[in-house]
Amino acid sequence: MESNEVVLKVENIGKDFFGNVVLKSVSFEVKKGEVIGLVGENGAGKSTLMNILFGLPVINETGGFSGNFFLNGEKAHFSSSFDALDAGIGMVHQEFVLLPGFTATENILLNRESVKDNFAVNIFGDRLKHLDREDMKKRAVNAINKLDVNLDPEMIVAEMPVGHRQFTEIAREIDRSSTKLLILDEPTAVLTESEAEIMIKAAKKLAEEGMSIIFISHRLHEVLDLCDRVLVLRDGNLVFESESENTNPREIAESMVGRSISDFEHTERKKELQKDLLEVKDLWVAMPGEVVKGVNFTVKKGEIFGIGGLAGQGKLGIANGIMGLFPSRGKVLFKGEEIPLNNTKNILDLGFSFVSEDRRGVGLLLDEPIDWNITFTAMQAHERFIVKYLGGLLKFRNDKEIRKEALKYIDMLQIKCTSEKQFARALSGGNQQKVCLAKAFALNPEILFVSEPTRGIDVGAKELVLNALKKYNEESGITIIITSSELEELRSISDRIAIVNEGKIAGILPPSKPATDFGLLMIGESNINGEGEIK
Amino acid sequence: MSMSNSEKVKKFLINNTVPILFVVLLFFAIPLSGFSPEYLANEMITRLGRNSFLVLALLIPVMAGMGMNFGIVLGAMAGEIGLIFITDWGVVGINGVFLAMIISTPIAIILGFVAGLILNAAKGREMVTGFMLGFFMNGVYQLFVLYGMGNIIPINNPKILLPRGYGIRNAIDLVNIRQAFDSFIKLKIGDISIPVFSFIIIAILCIFIVWFRKTKLGQDMRAVGQDNDIAAASGIAVKRTRILSIVISTVLACYGQIIFLQNIGTMNTYNSHEQVGTFAVAAILIGGASVAKANISNVFIGVVLFHMTFIVSPRAGKELVGQAQIGEHFRVFVSYAVIAISLALYAWRRQAAKNREIKAVLDEQNEAIENRGGSQ
Ligand SMILES: Nc1ncnc2c1ncn2[C@@H]1O[C@H](COP(=O)(O)OP(=O)(O)OP(=O)(O)O)[C@@H](O)[C@H]1O
Ligand SMILES: [Mg+2]
Repeated sequence: MESNEVVLKVENIGKDFFGNVVLKSVSFEVKKGEVIGLVGENGAGKSTLMNILFGLPVINETGGFSGNFFLNGEKAHFSSSFDALDAGIGMVHQEFVLLPGFTATENILLNRESVKDNFAVNIFGDRLKHLDREDMKKRAVNAINKLDVNLDPEMIVAEMPVGHRQFTEIAREIDRSSTKLLILDEPTAVLTESEAEIMIKAAKKLAEEGMSIIFISHRLHEVLDLCDRVLVLRDGNLVFESESENTNPREIAESMVGRSISDFEHTERKKELQKDLLEVKDLWVAMPGEVVKGVNFTVKKGEIFGIGGLAGQGKLGIANGIMGLFPSRGKVLFKGEEIPLNNTKNILDLGFSFVSEDRRGVGLLLDEPIDWNITFTAMQAHERFIVKYLGGLLKFRNDKEIRKEALKYIDMLQIKCTSEKQFARALSGGNQQKVCLAKAFALNPEILFVSEPTRGIDVGAKELVLNALKKYNEESGITIIITSSELEELRSISDRIAIVNEGKIAGILPPSKPATDFGLLMIGESNINGEGEIK
Repeated sequence: MSMSNSEKVKKFLINNTVPILFVVLLFFAIPLSGFSPEYLANEMITRLGRNSFLVLALLIPVMAGMGMNFGIVLGAMAGEIGLIFITDWGVVGINGVFLAMIISTPIAIILGFVAGLILNAAKGREMVTGFMLGFFMNGVYQLFVLYGMGNIIPINNPKILLPRGYGIRNAIDLVNIRQAFDSFIKLKIGDISIPVFSFIIIAILCIFIVWFRKTKLGQDMRAVGQDNDIAAASGIAVKRTRILSIVISTVLACYGQIIFLQNIGTMNTYNSHEQVGTFAVAAILIGGASVAKANISNVFIGVVLFHMTFIVSPRAGKELVGQAQIGEHFRVFVSYAVIAISLALYAWRRQAAKNREIKAVLDEQNEAIENRGGSQ
């Protein structure tokens, strides 16, 4: 339901963080009921732009911004996000801001509860009004229905699957009857594919009812599916703008990075893989939502072994189980010797390293600089980057080595930062993710587990990250076990790919096999045993 | 997801370890002590009337996520200052009690406000801070009562002034208001006398607490109790809400101490409030409350179990080891022990809940293994 009424008008907005120019001069308009897709590389300034519109204090604390924006023709002056809320802007952040012990209803209406008058109000003020639970439930159900999702208003948030939490957050913005413009900053990054679909459908419905939406995502097909118009942000400017119908993912991706992008290549590598490095026998892992029910596989030394499959089938449980993060049982042989399970410390000492799929527990020290973040674990675990004197009595940090190592990875992964001394907190979401990878690399592990390494990373940088993994594997002969929900990604770097279905390995295939073969394995339609591998 | 009966029982036992321990203890100690049921009933009723109000004062800060408020000692001090004044002025009876409450309310509000400010600065360590605050304010109180009263603040009654002309005596006879509340409405059933009016006041407080939970402010406190940052992000004035919870608790504790002392009838100017926080916290923990969750039933169960233990154990101790001189020291010892154990149990219980979740998944897995083993 698009109309010509302009809800938001952005005029020449610019922003720098202490000299680091992030936005130069951005101007665009959003009409009533229109869905705008905002894309751009990691660190392009998408979140920054949204934070400006939403009046977040971090913007003022870092020197404010230049330019103006208008809501329904009125110039906006926000000193806090509450002003933005009053003006009709709602924002769903990347991290959840829900109270775990409250129900969906209580969270949706947090601090906007329906209340009834009573005698005490005259004496002690409005805060002693009574909650009107019935009306609260009605309003919550109303907001949920607008989203057209299946969400129990009485369910406690702590007991909800991730997707439902995201819906609760969005329902909260909907209940604000004043919300005219909804900002969704990577709302699908934490969702499974099927949840993301529901979420896209819900957003479409809202737009039909007249809500304007700004949608940020790195999944371009999602953006094209949902949005009426796509804006691409690069080097602080809007470099591309198009109706969704008139463009395609490739064109968008190319304008994002400013060069042409090649498809992932499925190059079969002519590597001789001989020695067995890791043997997994009948592994069971009790990871809630990703239970592994007896998998068998062998990984060769120097191999890149991919693990794929649909969400919730157990692919993520394998790495988590071997690393001892969830209780597991079965046999894992490393270089022919059985290693004890459920003992993370021991496994790390053996030379294993893990980059988890859990974006909230990424394990960055947010108030420390990048170089420190990259080298810290290696320093702790292997006493690298340390110079010793007097037979180890005196230990000093080798700052030169630390710097060198950090600069190496900043270059290799193209971490967008002002210097290696920039605090992790001041990095964009995707660049924080790259620092995590660098941290694992710096450990010099014998075997590296990475789960969803490119989630939240832009299309251009995806290739970069995958190439970095590949290069790293080729140069230092390190064995990599990569878990991902994106098949193409797995096919572009893995030597072999195991597909997990219902907690078991449905088959192991080389990447050259057609995508349909993988697809059949994922949905449990076939049980081909790839290349003599036992299922 | 339904739980099997045995699991339910297990969960109940785990969640109520402390009260169950005390019930078991009393099960043996009561017969050993040889007290008559009438005597015990009488004692229990007196103590419920005397102590419940103070313990109820702990409930609201728990809601706001501030743990057990050892700061109620401050409220007790405020109440005592009110009692000093009305004794000086010679106001008698129930009017005296109410006047003491009126005088001490602003003092309690100010003290509660200051305590709230300090506890806000010590987020995450509220209990220890509150405990230390009690010690510190005890010093200030002593200074005020020992040097300020009769000096800067006019006190004329020679019965409560030290012979040197300023400072308050160690013990004050509260004869003017002794049991003014308790005997305002008299009721005697057999040999058991019931302080009806005190119970009415306690009932009103309970109704207030239930009512309060349903208000917007109550809901805000629950929100703040779960996560300060999220509550703040939704626009709730977190600091203000936390301070309010402490102010309410301090004012209630002030009334609680006045009710307590009118029943006792004498006031140890410098000691009466000392263990107020410890005893109240121990009682509510014995009643099955935890740092994060406490309700009205915890208060009454706790007061009954806690005080029953102190009535019967000296006698039971005498029967057992021939020693009755355990008295006050024993009580203090048990209180601290209970607090320490309850806190440890709380931490352990949270761990156990986590483990149970993991075990449920493991069980499912074992079952599957067994099934498969059969088919192989
Ligand atoms: N608080 C801050 N202080 C200094 N620099 C910052 C701060 N926040 C962001 N930046 C910088 O601004 C740039 C843009 O960051 P922003 O978070 O807007 O990127 P983004 O487009 O959202 O990227 P992503 O897709 O990775 O989330 C980054 O280079 C980042 O380093
Ligand atoms: Mg971002």
